[in-house]
This record gives sequence, C-alpha cells and structure tokens, in this order.
Amino acid sequence: MRPRLQFLDKELIERIVSEALDLLVTLGMEIQNDSAVALLADHGASVDQERGRVTFPGSMVMEAVEKAPSGFALYDVLGNQTHDLYDDKVHFTPGSSGITVLDADSGTMRTPVTNDLVRFTKLTSRMEHIEAQSTAFIASDVPGAIQDSYRLFLCLLYGEKPVVTGAFTIESYGLMQDLQLAVRGTARELAAKPLTIFSCCPTAPLKWSDVTAQNLLDCAADSVPVEYVSMPLLGFMGPVTIVGSLVQHTAETLSGVVLSQLANPGCPVLYGGSPAAFDIRYETTPMGAIETQMIDCAYTEIGKHLGIPTQAYIALSDAKALDAQAGLETSMGATLAALSGINSVSGPGMLDFERCISMEKLVVDNEICGLVQRMIRGIEPKEDFPAAPLFEEMLREGHLLIADHTRKHLRSEHHFPGPVIERANLPRWQEEGSTTLGERAHREVQRHLGEYEPSRLPDDVKKELVELMSAEARRHGMEKLPDRES
Amino acid sequence: MEILEQIAARLERGEDQEVRSLTQSAMDQSLPAPKILAEGLLAGMQVVGDRFRAHEIFLPEVLLAARAMSAGVEILEPHLGKTDLHSRGKVVIGTVKGDLHDIGKNLVGIMLSGAGFEVIDLGKDVSPQQFVDTARESGADVIGMSALLTTTMPAMKQVISLLKEQGLDSSVRTMIGGAPVTGDYAREIGADGYGFDAANAVESARELVG
Repeated sequence: MRPRLQFLDKELIERIVSEALDLLVTLGMEIQNDSAVALLADHGASVDQERGRVTFPGSMVMEAVEKAPSGFALYDVLGNQTHDLYDDKVHFTPGSSGITVLDADSGTMRTPVTNDLVRFTKLTSRMEHIEAQSTAFIASDVPGAIQDSYRLFLCLLYGEKPVVTGAFTIESYGLMQDLQLAVRGTARELAAKPLTIFSCCPTAPLKWSDVTAQNLLDCAADSVPVEYVSMPLLGFMGPVTIVGSLVQHTAETLSGVVLSQLANPGCPVLYGGSPAAFDIRYETTPMGAIETQMIDCAYTEIGKHLGIPTQAYIALSDAKALDAQAGLETSMGATLAALSGINSVSGPGMLDFERCISMEKLVVDNEICGLVQRMIRGIEPKEDFPAAPLFEEMLREGHLLIADHTRKHLRSEHHFPGPVIERANLPRWQEEGSTTLGERAHREVQRHLGEYEPSRLPDDVKKELVELMSAEARRHGMEKLPDRES
Repeated sequence: MEILEQIAARLERGEDQEVRSLTQSAMDQSLPAPKILAEGLLAGMQVVGDRFRAHEIFLPEVLLAARAMSAGVEILEPHLGKTDLHSRGKVVIGTVKGDLHDIGKNLVGIMLSGAGFEVIDLGKDVSPQQFVDTARESGADVIGMSALLTTTMPAMKQVISLLKEQGLDSSVRTMIGGAPVTGDYAREIGADGYGFDAANAVESARELVG
C-alpha cells in the first residue's frame, strides 16, 4: 500500500474550488498583457477596461481544466525519458532562482559567478535521487539581461537532466527556446519530448504581470511545460487562514490554466505554487514553516482533484547554514511532499527562504530524497508467507545473514544512504576522523566534482549552444562570455 | 579467462558450486594446491575484503564468498600441508561471565569463520577458567571476549590475569569488544587487541596472529 497524506476532504476541496470560481467570475484577475486579455475576451471573458480586470465565465474555467493533460513526461538532453509526471509519482529537483551561494570555505553567503553554476550543474548531474536540474541561481558576472538564459545555457552544456527554469523578461524567452531547439533539433521533436519546465508566477493578489502572462502564452504555443507558481502570503498578500489562501491559490492557478489551454489546448502544465506563511515578527516568508508545507500539500490535493499534475516549492529551509534546522525543515517538507504525491518537488539545496543554494546541502538533501523515495514504496509482503519456513531456517542456521530471502530482498527492502549519513558505531566514527555532517558533505561534493563526466550531448550541439549564447551576450555589450572550467 | 582468475571471480560472487567444480578442474589440470589456494581462493577473498571495507558490498556477500571459499578448500584440503590450511589461526570466543548478550559475539564468530579462522565458540556467561582451559587444550592463538554490560567488563581482566598466572600470555593473545568496550579500556587491562565491530575484530585477529 502506498502511504498517503490527506489534509482536505472532498467536500472542502469542492467548496474551495467553487469559491475560487466565484472569485474569477466576480472579481476576476488583473491581467497586464494585451495578448492575454484579447485571447480571454475572444473566448467570452469580460474585460473591465476601467478597473483593468478580466472576469471569467465559470464554464470557461472548467473547460480549460478538462483540456489540461493529466500528466506528461520529461526527457533529458539525449532524448531519454526521465520523468513520469502522472498520478502520485514523485520527482525531486533542486530549488531555483537563488541569488547567493553558501561558500563552504568561508561559511558565508556570497554572490555567485559562472563557475559556481557550472559546479552546481556538475554536482546535480551526479545526484541519484534528484532527477532534474534547475537554473538554481544567477551568475553575477554576465549582464542582467542575459542572466536567465545564461543559467539555462550552462545547465544544457554541463548537465543531461531536464531543467526547471524560467524567463525574467519577455525577450529572453526567444533565446531560451532557441537553446532548447539546438538540443532537440526541431520544434516538433521538442514538443514531443519536453526538456524544460518554465515557472510562471502570477502576482498576489489575483494578477498576471505582462512578462509572466506572455511567458505563459509563449510556452503554451511551443508546448513547453509550465508550472504555475501562485504565492499567496498568509495574512499579508492572502488570507491568514490556510483555507482562505487556498481559495486565492486556486483562483490564481486556474486563471493560468485557462490562459495556457486557450492558447494551446492540451499543452502540458503543472498545478504548482509557492505559497508561504508570513512571519510578522521578522517580516519574512518561511518556507520551512509547517503552515507553508501544509498549504503546499493541500493545494496539490486540489490539483489532483482537478486531474492536473502537481508541483511545489517544499523540501527547503530558512536556515542560514547547513545546520540542524536545515535538515529538519528539508526532511519534513520532503516527507510531506512525498506522502502527498507531489509530482515535481522543488527545493533541495536551498537555504535562506528561496535565496541561497548550498552544494553541500544538495548532497545531504539527495540523501533525504532517497530516504523518502524508499518510504513511499511502502510496506509490501515479499515472499513472507507462509512465515514458518524462514523461521525454521533461522533456528537451524543460527542467523539469516546469507539466507536466500535476505540476499534476494536486502537491497530492495532497505535503502542504504551514502557516506554523508553517519551510521558507524562511535569508535569507528572516531577512527574515521570524527567528522561532522558538514565535513562529510563537503568531502562528497569534492568527490562528485572529481568524478564528474562531461555531458554526452554531441560536441556540435554544444558548439551551437555556445554560439547562440555568445551572440546574445554581444547584443548586450559583453564581447566574450566568462571563462568556464571544463 | 585463466582458471585461477575464474575461481577468484566466482568466489567474489559467492557461487559455491562453481568454485567447487572449478577448483576440482584446476586440480585435474595438475595445478599445485597451494597455488590454487593462493591465486584463486585467497585472491578472490582479498578482493571481497577490500570491497567490503569500501562499502561496495555488505556482510551477506562476504559470508557467501566465505562459504564459496570453504567449498574450494574442501577439495584442496587433502593436498595441502597443515601450515597451508590453518594459516589464519584459531580463536576461542565467548561472552564473559555474568553477561548473557551474545548477538555481537555471534556476529564476530560468523565473520571470523568467514575470514578463514577456526572458531571455538564457548557461548555466553563463560568463566575465566573456561576461556583459559579451552585455549590451552585447543592450542588457540587468540581468545576473543565480548561484554555488553559495564558491570561484566572486569571479567575480561580476570581472563588476562589468569593467562599470565598460568604462563600462557606469551602464546595466547587476547582481544575484546562489545558496546561499552573501548580501545582505551583494552589498553588499560592489557588486552592485545580490540574490535569496534565484527569486521574490525577480524582485522584485529589477523594482526594478532601475524
């Protein structure tokens, strides 16, 4: 039996959806993009020019929900399937859009540069339980106008896994699409084998900015998957109650579903989000707060109810160092996410809300992901009945260490974490250097970077990626891209 | 692949039947038994030990390899000199007087046997006299003592004292282990070796028999 977590009953889900529809019908969304407004108007939405709001007929919303696919697959740069975003399948991806990295040598958070992102991409490529890469943080040594596309460029150059990403401007989507086309060859092939997921964030409350609405439409046109990242802040930019903010999240997300499905019926989307508690004591948005994690799990129940695959920013931490808080918040989030069957879980590697990426934390979080993946495989009998013969064998042999039953099931029944997780007895731990978690994680980072093997993407494709990116950099006043380690 | 390499490879995979028949084939080809032992069976066992220490394989694989080793040794035994075969040594093990915890001690016994030692397991609640008498009568190289309780640990020292009294401390070495036992404690009571877990106990035993 697959273990499962449930916060909302069916009646409450239906009420929340109904209230969200009511918001869309009566208050509508503020949409700052003319193409999006025109598209909605063409399909029967009412546009109140004076208030700048678009109200949606309820039927339009439910028709869009019907058209949204119940799942989709992702493929790596080589075209091999890596993700099955259906049902309760769980896939982890590093947190994204950080603005600092935790420097292991100095213990301080600093502004990242190109080689930080190169190394993070290499490290992600080696994480067994993290199946996607993400454009985890920006590199500060390139012009602001290309910082979004440059992240994707480095990911596609150094890693093979599919990429969770996003554009900061309307213009940069074009290059990001060209980079993907360079990898896949043709638009048709890219649509058939999605390589990326673009995050598209409505603005709380009940608004789509020009940029994000246009990104949504562009992704839909190219059948590039999107994750809607609605972010009500409980008690600030959203009702203080979890149910109240769920209504807002549902309305904002459904409006996104409508835009995507009107633009290209059947295009792949994830019912995602990053809602957060708002800690009025510090004026911060704690991602490790239990209410944040609860609302994440709850909205994905709504997504599942609507038949749309899900995503959440969970399994990350507000801690400022790789400490016990980092571990407890990340583990709790990952556990709840897995039990909720969230299809794409964004967060591993992240600290300081959604601001900082730590290589060492990614290594630790990879172990957390491995543990929870084992957990959701659940408990199943495996040649355990009738029980007596095995017990007879144990009494006869004195132990079961080499029993056929043990040999057959040991490695599937038990998950063995890597050397980051300390399980030796005290004297052995002492003999091996009395290391802390941080020291072991750092050692693992170094080992993985040393053992990294370059992406198998053909050299001519890599060359094309470099040419595309270099040309874009030149357009923005940078003659030569920063030097990269090989 | 050369037959000795095949023996080593099959042994690494714990395939006792195959190791037995390949060892027989090697004998049929008139290869010398000590060579088959050293370059086939023990060479495979060496790889298994290295991989175990590197966490690449686990206890069950080691024990299976040990079982495969025994299967090969059975074939070779009539053709080997006494020194070839018992080169690993003989160890008397037991949980000390007053202590009834034997899971750790049992694991040490299994591992020592797997590593080619001859093991005499006296069980639990073993008196100092029993340890010393058995070691003398069997000609053991090592006495291995286990305790789980801090209250029973002093019995280890009594065994060491008794060995001295009887003039056996030069021929019989001692090693200790168990949850509350530390390397410092081993040095304090004059034990010759200490194992912090079963695999480490095997390494200690190897060092003691040189």
